[in-house]
Amino acid sequence: MYTTSDLRKGLKIQIDGEPYIITDFEFSKPGKGQALYRCRLRNMITGNAFDRTYRSNDKFEPAALEERTMQFLYAQGEEYNFMDNKSFEQLTIQKDLLGDDVNFLIDNMEVDVLLFKERAIGVTMPNFVNLTVTRADPWVKGDTSGSDSKPVTVETGYVLQVPPFVNEGEKIQIDTRTGQYVTRVKE
Amino acid sequence: MPDLWGRARVIQAVRRFFDQRGFLEVETPLRIPAPAPEPHLLPQPAGRWFLQTSPELCMKRLLARGHARIYQLCKCFRRAERGRRHVPEFTMLEWYRAGADYLALMDDSEQLLSAVATELALAAAGDDQARGLASRPKVVALADDAAGGAGVTDLLGATEPAGRPAVAVPVTLPVPGKPGRQISLALPWERLSVAEAFRRYTDLEADEAVRLELFDQLLVEKIEPHLGFTRPTFLYDYPAPLAALARRKPGRPELAERFELYVAGLELANGFSELIDPVEQRRRFQADRRQIRAAGHKPPPMPEPFLAELNAMPEAAGIALGVDRLVMIMLGRERIDEVLAFTPEIL
Repeated sequence: MYTTSDLRKGLKIQIDGEPYIITDFEFSKPGKGQALYRCRLRNMITGNAFDRTYRSNDKFEPAALEERTMQFLYAQGEEYNFMDNKSFEQLTIQKDLLGDDVNFLIDNMEVDVLLFKERAIGVTMPNFVNLTVTRADPWVKGDTSGSDSKPVTVETGYVLQVPPFVNEGEKIQIDTRTGQYVTRVKE
Repeated sequence: MPDLWGRARVIQAVRRFFDQRGFLEVETPLRIPAPAPEPHLLPQPAGRWFLQTSPELCMKRLLARGHARIYQLCKCFRRAERGRRHVPEFTMLEWYRAGADYLALMDDSEQLLSAVATELALAAAGDDQARGLASRPKVVALADDAAGGAGVTDLLGATEPAGRPAVAVPVTLPVPGKPGRQISLALPWERLSVAEAFRRYTDLEADEAVRLELFDQLLVEKIEPHLGFTRPTFLYDYPAPLAALARRKPGRPELAERFELYVAGLELANGFSELIDPVEQRRRFQADRRQIRAAGHKPPPMPEPFLAELNAMPEAAGIALGVDRLVMIMLGRERIDEVLAFTPEIL
């Protein structure tokens, strides 16, 4: 069983026999009041989402999921194809079940595919991925706008804020849990 | 990257503010045998004692010994608190005034935030080292002091020496995460009673919400998102059961003279007129200890030396302000991690 101290973005729990993933999590505690754990939960099968607030003594059942390490092959429209490198078995996951993870998937990447009752319903990404910047505006030295970041596009089409010194063609590390820039990667 | 220059400036400005007003800076032990029993705070054990959850009890004992205006900047520890606005080890500012009530602390808070924002704005205007700050308090009106006159007197009554860039208050602060939106620090700030806030933003009266154990949840989900976005808000006069160390409001025993200061939806400070009746204080501590036991925890020992010295304590008011959160507000940051050199996760 999980307790409230286990709650975090990305945790998978079971409610009424179905797997849910926490897509947003906020710890709140008003002045000397009780701790509140505010979660946005997404049903990993139907995609339906709702908000729920938990309190300190609540307990949670882990989602009954099987994980299998597979390689991402390619995306075709809304279908994302994965292959088991040992059995060469292939399977397909619909884009909407992958949520924000599509921002970080590149061909040949290894991920853990999640199976619920033998049906693939999503993936667990590595915490950090390295992606190439495909579009960035050059940094104008002496820029006095005072901004300490600029938007860039990476090879998956994902757009994020990075420090001004990041250039087109460079690789950057991204935290898949937050979607945020971590550091520049030297090859 | 955390803005450590900005953080240091805020803390320097806080010290300067209290030093200039004749407050004595004090230090009290971080490790104590008996923190105040608070039903919703988990103290961190340290040997057979505890790390303090706040310096409150020792600060009040100093008031009882005759120190009339004191402040402290120190670390506090609260187990199992981690989130966008929480770390289990954080920096607290507390200050106390003998012979004053919570209204005086609201005035202090207004002046403190204005003074800190003004110093940051001055630093930003004149200092290259301030480069790299994401967004700083904006100088609303720059008075040209090139003539080298006698300086400009700001709202706080402090006179800037001639030759420095002069800033005319009011200053504004950015709303974190909402580019373009500004919070004005010009007086008056909003003063909203808890009763009125519940009527305005929820379907329940405040005392009903306490009875149904929905007070905290409604406050967080329905009320806080409205507080302090155009100007800071004082939320005041809490239901008496929610203020274990505060005095009841004269003529309104169902209310306690307690307030919280909100800026951009963020709870920044908690202040109140102090309860100085040792018999009533002991009764409340006993009730809180029962509540802690009922929740399955072992309450800390009764803070007897504090209760013994409470007899000698003058009428007073005291306030605790989260320094990390003050830095967040001053620098326009949304997450506490952005103002800390180290978070627990990277230690």
